[in-house]
Amino acid sequence: MMEYENQGYDEAHLYASKEEMSSLVLNEDPSPPSNGSKSFSDDPLSSAPPFVEIPTDDADPLHSPSPNEVLPNHSSINSILEPPSYADAIFQSFDSDYIDSAEVNSQDQSLSALSSFSSDYVKICVSDPQKEQEQSGSLVPGVSYYFTYLITTFTNLLEFNGAEFNVRRRFRDVVTLSDRISESYRGLFIPIRPDKSVVESQVMQQNEFVEQRRMALEKYLGKLAMHPVLKRSEELLVFLTVPGKMPLARTTDVSSRMLDGTVRLPKQLFGGESAVGGAAKVSEVAQPAKGGRDLLRIFRELRQSVVNDWGATKPPVIEEDKEFLEKKEKLQDFEQQISNMSQQAESLVKNQHDMGETMGQLGLAFVKLTKFETEEAIYDSQRACAADMKNVATAAVKASRLYRELNAQTVKHLDKFHEYLGLMLAVNNAFSDRTNALLTVQTLLSELSSLNLRIEKLEAASSKIFGGDRSRIRKIEELRETIRVTEEAKNCAVREYEQIKENNKNELERLDRDRHNDFLSMLKGFVVNQAGYAAKIANTWETVAEETSGYAK
Amino acid sequence: MVQSPRSLSSQAPYLTVSVTDPAKMGNGVQAYISYKVITKTNFPEYQGPEKIVIRRYSDFVWLRDRLFENYKGIFIPPLPEKSTVEKFRFSAEFIEMRRQALDVFVNRIASHHELRQSEDLKTFLLEDEQTMERSRSQETGIFKKKPADIMQIFKDVQSKVSDVVLGKEKPVEESNPEYEKQKNYIFQLEDHLAEAQKHAYRLVKRHRELGQSLSDFGKAVKLLGNCEGNSLGKAFSELGAKSEMLSIKLQREAHHLLMNFEEPLKDYVRAVQSIKATIAERANAFRHHCELAETIKFKEIDLNKLRLTRSEKLAEAEREYEQLKADGEELKMKFETIVKLMNEEIARFQEQKTIDMGVAFHELAKGQAQLAKSMAEAWRSLLPKLEACSS
Repeated sequence: MMEYENQGYDEAHLYASKEEMSSLVLNEDPSPPSNGSKSFSDDPLSSAPPFVEIPTDDADPLHSPSPNEVLPNHSSINSILEPPSYADAIFQSFDSDYIDSAEVNSQDQSLSALSSFSSDYVKICVSDPQKEQEQSGSLVPGVSYYFTYLITTFTNLLEFNGAEFNVRRRFRDVVTLSDRISESYRGLFIPIRPDKSVVESQVMQQNEFVEQRRMALEKYLGKLAMHPVLKRSEELLVFLTVPGKMPLARTTDVSSRMLDGTVRLPKQLFGGESAVGGAAKVSEVAQPAKGGRDLLRIFRELRQSVVNDWGATKPPVIEEDKEFLEKKEKLQDFEQQISNMSQQAESLVKNQHDMGETMGQLGLAFVKLTKFETEEAIYDSQRACAADMKNVATAAVKASRLYRELNAQTVKHLDKFHEYLGLMLAVNNAFSDRTNALLTVQTLLSELSSLNLRIEKLEAASSKIFGGDRSRIRKIEELRETIRVTEEAKNCAVREYEQIKENNKNELERLDRDRHNDFLSMLKGFVVNQAGYAAKIANTWETVAEETSGYAK
Repeated sequence: MVQSPRSLSSQAPYLTVSVTDPAKMGNGVQAYISYKVITKTNFPEYQGPEKIVIRRYSDFVWLRDRLFENYKGIFIPPLPEKSTVEKFRFSAEFIEMRRQALDVFVNRIASHHELRQSEDLKTFLLEDEQTMERSRSQETGIFKKKPADIMQIFKDVQSKVSDVVLGKEKPVEESNPEYEKQKNYIFQLEDHLAEAQKHAYRLVKRHRELGQSLSDFGKAVKLLGNCEGNSLGKAFSELGAKSEMLSIKLQREAHHLLMNFEEPLKDYVRAVQSIKATIAERANAFRHHCELAETIKFKEIDLNKLRLTRSEKLAEAEREYEQLKADGEELKMKFETIVKLMNEEIARFQEQKTIDMGVAFHELAKGQAQLAKSMAEAWRSLLPKLEACSS
């Protein structure tokens, strides 16, 4: 049976957290000492905390609770709703009757099912954003700033030579890390790094943007740390452990720098099959073999791919591996379904949220009505009505909170779909690697054959001249040298291609295993969650149904 | 015996009505809905245990207006609103909501000890359609003025002018602190109720939206299951199927919530608005009574002048004076009747409302509890299969 970490609420990445904060009603105030919010501790009626903390709110570092935001008059509301009845609404995990062994797997980092406390782990935290001034040497006059983040790593991997590390890095360093890993580990399913997204940073408040980036970085590095191969990579190690300026050289691949940030470019221009639903891996445009890279080579390969595309009605690279092709097709289908799933999951979360919100508003309206009827009561019938209203109001408010909690958990579960959507991008990139590598091999092969052809022609022409043709013979010698180099390059390219094929194969197997486990645990978590909260909501309303059963016809 | 859900239980003399079988009549712009109104009674003046007539919405409006005219002081049961949006006029939901509200309306009248004796009610319940149509077109709606009322308006304007001239500008109002409190209560109650009703309506919508979402979610899960294959794929398919099933339950609960919780709340709001109309009537009656009292006072002054001068106009003036005094008595009585009735009515209203709301709350709680329970059961039923997958 799988072990899962019970994350609790601390690392909730609530999609709707801000909305939820301001929508309802009865404020989540933790036991007075632990939180800075003043209003409740001053309230004489709340000697016992009337409303129990929903820890999710505390977790959001940017949100300072504004307790008075919604209700005009706390004490009157407190007096309407009985504190003890909220005891039921409080719980930080589900009732044990509903849970088998699987609990919420809220590790954002995991693509595999292994707990981070197993034999080899790397845990990375990103914190403490600091604003720093750009060093001189910029062409732009005036001062510009950037942010650095504290990257803390805990690990027991031997390769790291240490248990804890702290370094400061800026976003640019992460881009470098990502680029270098992409170059070195072609064929693997490499997690996609966070966007540069300049536009958003202009729209958002700066501290919001920085916080979003911090979370995204943590998530990204976590994914790298979960990858069985990448967690041990030289690049990651250096990034995480070497203090001071980042020692990884920025990539010299001109084309990658040019292309980062562009959205979609015509398939024909950039070679190889474009994966379904995504552009070809733009940072890897026609990446030549490790043996040598030059712009000339890049353009030759471009030309080759264009020729391939125009000349053929079939795809330019002929993938012989039937098994691979089958898997690829299946994955394309899978990607579509995941994308659909991701959309529906978001929609479901939104609707659950709305349900909870409206239920809360209804409850609040009845709270006000109850207070009104109680104060103005002249007839006994009014008092009876007020009592009924109070029960309904209490139940509605309780149910609203339960919906809110349900939704927070649902978000964590269904997040899996969004993760896999991201994973599919990595998969497509890995397949592009393969295609590009094959393209390189093909290019080199065709170069070789054209070189050989030229030698043949020259030899034929030269043999006609008695005594040989000095210039031609020299030419032939040069060509033979070129062939030798090209032959080496070709062999290198072939090795590279084989490696990538191997990587693809291993990763596909890993994906199949992980997928099964991930989805199973997600389904269980989702179902347990829904069942648990539904039961609690049912209880809440059953009480009221009983209390009002006298009115039943 | 078809008992309306909201009628008080009645003993030996009984009168119950049901409004059923809405049917679309006519075409195009002239189209309307007709209802079958079935009366069951043992009232002697009704000549027979059962009678069926066909009525349309404007007939109900006629009845309401007539009762309002003739039973001042009594809270006339409210009618559902006219539909302002054309395309919903014939939607099944709207028709059902209206039918239910009309049924409640007639039965409330039929169970009110005074209103049930009304001639107009008898007309409404027994007369054939042509007679009904004739009566309807003769009468004008409550907001349209009859010729007599137009005169009254002029008189009102006149007296206002003279008031201003004489330096009295404020409209005449009762200075009864208890009544003031009651009026405030009614006005505030309307606001509170309207807000609750607004959220109740939204809640209905949320149920529908969540239902739709679950349905889409279920479909997507099923498709994903097809990708997976083997036991996990089957688990996905089952999850998808449960989602779709729950979606249907949500839609049902949305309808149930609409008819049994939101509509009663809306009805409550309308009832309060009807009370406001009665409050306005009382204010009118009080004002007329006061104004006439003023007029009488002046008349008395004039009369004394005439007595002193022994004018030949004296006799006529005395006759007019007596007439005015009689009118004054009548208006005073009218006003006092209204006051008495209102006091009784409000107690009755509170009692009835407590019961009505109690029923509505019960329906809300029951519906929500049942929905949640079936959701819990459905989700839980998937767990064994999911367990089986991991082995």
